[in-house]
Amino acid sequence: MTLSVTAPSLTASSGAPHPMADAWRRQTSLRRLYTVLGVGLLLAAMLASMWFADEANAGHFFDRLPHILDFLSWLVPKDWNDVWRALFDIASPHDTGTQEYNFPLGRVYVWGGFYIPEYFELMLTTVNVALVSTFIGFIFAVPFSFIAARNLTPHPALRLIVKRLMELLRAFPEIVIAGLFAAIVSIGPIAAIIAIGLHSIGALGKLFYEINENIDMRAEEGLRAVGANWFERVRFADLPQVLPNFMSYTLLRVEINVRASTIIGAVGGGGIGEELKLSISRGFGAKTLALVLLLFTTIFIIDQFSAWLRRKLVGEQAFVMGA
Amino acid sequence: MATMTAEEILSIEERYPQVFRRPLYKRFASLLLFVGILTYLLYVLWFFSLPQVLRESHWERLPLFLTQWISYDLQPEFRLDQPEITPKYPRFSALGENPNPDWVIRNPDGTFTVLIDGPAKSVTFDKAQATIVANGQTVPVSLTSGKPVITGPVPDWITAHDDEVVAKMGFVGEVRVTVDRVKVRKRFLGWANFVFDTRSPFFGKPAGEVVSLIVSGPELKPGTSNLALAGDNIWNNAQWQHGDVWTKLLQTIVMAFLGTLLGGIVAFPLAFFAARNITPSGVLSQVLKRFFDFMRSVDMLIWALFFTRAFGPGPLAGSAAIFFTEIGTLGKTYSEALENIDDKPREGVLSTGANGLLVQRYGVMPEVIPVFISQTLYQWESNARGATIIGAVGAGGIGLKLWEAMRTNSNWANVFYMVLLILMVVFIFDNISNFLRRRLSRTIHDYNRIQAEQG
Repeated sequence: MTLSVTAPSLTASSGAPHPMADAWRRQTSLRRLYTVLGVGLLLAAMLASMWFADEANAGHFFDRLPHILDFLSWLVPKDWNDVWRALFDIASPHDTGTQEYNFPLGRVYVWGGFYIPEYFELMLTTVNVALVSTFIGFIFAVPFSFIAARNLTPHPALRLIVKRLMELLRAFPEIVIAGLFAAIVSIGPIAAIIAIGLHSIGALGKLFYEINENIDMRAEEGLRAVGANWFERVRFADLPQVLPNFMSYTLLRVEINVRASTIIGAVGGGGIGEELKLSISRGFGAKTLALVLLLFTTIFIIDQFSAWLRRKLVGEQAFVMGA
Repeated sequence: MATMTAEEILSIEERYPQVFRRPLYKRFASLLLFVGILTYLLYVLWFFSLPQVLRESHWERLPLFLTQWISYDLQPEFRLDQPEITPKYPRFSALGENPNPDWVIRNPDGTFTVLIDGPAKSVTFDKAQATIVANGQTVPVSLTSGKPVITGPVPDWITAHDDEVVAKMGFVGEVRVTVDRVKVRKRFLGWANFVFDTRSPFFGKPAGEVVSLIVSGPELKPGTSNLALAGDNIWNNAQWQHGDVWTKLLQTIVMAFLGTLLGGIVAFPLAFFAARNITPSGVLSQVLKRFFDFMRSVDMLIWALFFTRAFGPGPLAGSAAIFFTEIGTLGKTYSEALENIDDKPREGVLSTGANGLLVQRYGVMPEVIPVFISQTLYQWESNARGATIIGAVGAGGIGLKLWEAMRTNSNWANVFYMVLLILMVVFIFDNISNFLRRRLSRTIHDYNRIQAEQG
């Protein structure tokens, strides 16, 4: 009840002046004004963006909204069992000679009658692209990160060069690298590996050197005192401290790279992305569902496994990002 | 360093068994990991048939493409089987309709001289003979015997085929001589006609003249001011397509902005119901978390392809794809941030008898809003990059334009122009987002410090 006693004296604007209360009120109203202005500006920008996106699009939002579910009709297969058949390359009774129901077409025979279903082979390609490019990223990012860390760098000039290089690799559009190398090593997964790998060097390198800048320097000083050189210090004092965090970020990168390799695949990098794009653009319902199911399950499993592993490696902090 | 006796070593070993006598699997863990990785790499080598791909790749194209990023060439051709030799330029050459470059010289004696890099690298020819000069050597090629014949020794920068002599002069270009024609390729550093294309009335005029025309000149096109005409000519430059490129770039930015913002708006309330410590029902929390996982795992590519089919190609499809993926990503990160909050402010507000909504507003939001904004900015930044790629499958933005420019393998300068613009945008976004996040993290830091001081 003390509140009701003190409140009138705080809010009383007539009578005796209350400099503190007035200052506080001024401050809150100013903050409120800023908040309202900021939110208003954001909303205006959002509406303008919506209008702009709608104008530039081939089909308009409100024209297409009533038909939004129509386009899903092609997706519903005549026979739901066809989804399984498409997934495992089993001949369908609905096969009329078109590609839509010709499931055994792309079988990859390993030996004799034993085969890997086409989509599993493509998924494997996509996952392998992601793993190899993450590996490339990791191999280069680790030494770069020690050179780029302010507290560990062997030379300030070298640090600047490596930092700029990593920034460039990170910002350079993957699709351009993929396109450039597609013209050199032919269209396919190798170009995708190079593109995603180069990007991973920049992305991992940045995260790694930020970890390096926050390490405990006592081990480093201890080794410096006994005359260890730069490699020995990094190897025995710094690397053991940061390795769990490095692995955690690398696993996160694997998740991101699986997605990236799917997308690069769709624009000519091979793998499951390409098949999915073809299947959707031709309207093959059963095949599309099989592909989406496979891709969804794979990404889900990789995400969950990596989350579990990261939790084991570094605990709950594995999930605090961007903060 | 003092040497240790055998007893001392033994006693240390006995005192620290966890260091010196580790279980077998731990001692060999790193070796096993190494062998595992090596085996995997060998498998991948076979899987992608890497040796074969590398053998069949054309690495000599790489420097060629890279020089095309920052240079352009002109390829005049001189027919020798006509009554009179005249230079012919390709139809859409960078010189415009009436080319008369000063590096093609008609000599008084009827011969032509083309200066590829000054007189030191040039070719002079008439119908009977061509003289190629480069690298301090002068090589005469006789054209009278039905095929080009080099008199004297052939230097290594010249390749003499049966019916054609090819002289490569490095970056600046090359000369190809046959009996009935001389073909020259001269390469220039820079981008041709970047401001005005060859159809523009301002084409070929020096910058000073263009400015004075715009400021005070007579109207070049009646009814339109020169400023408007110049602007229109630049915007609709046929070769560089500034207008189209910039519009598509804006589309990409809008896609990232709209998708992330809408995703944040939808994920924000859902995250409160998904956070373990705030949700009114555990079942609801689990359902929402699986929903977030679902939205994330149905890849951005799948969403992009579906929405491109639903809305037609364009930025609307791209925005929707980013929006759907972001509901999942931001929902997950928001709810995890909420699960990590300090419970004391909530209890304090709750003890005043405030209702549920007010508890969230005054007990939770002040703590998480900076974190939320910071995470949203981070996603915005990464989506600005991702939007380029999904554009290539038809979801709007600069991606498709970039991909099409690359596919022809001839427009590398245009590709580089777009890459520079994208780099610029990414750089600006990075800095804005970093600046805002640094300020926010100071807020978070201050908050934590005040809490720590108050115990």
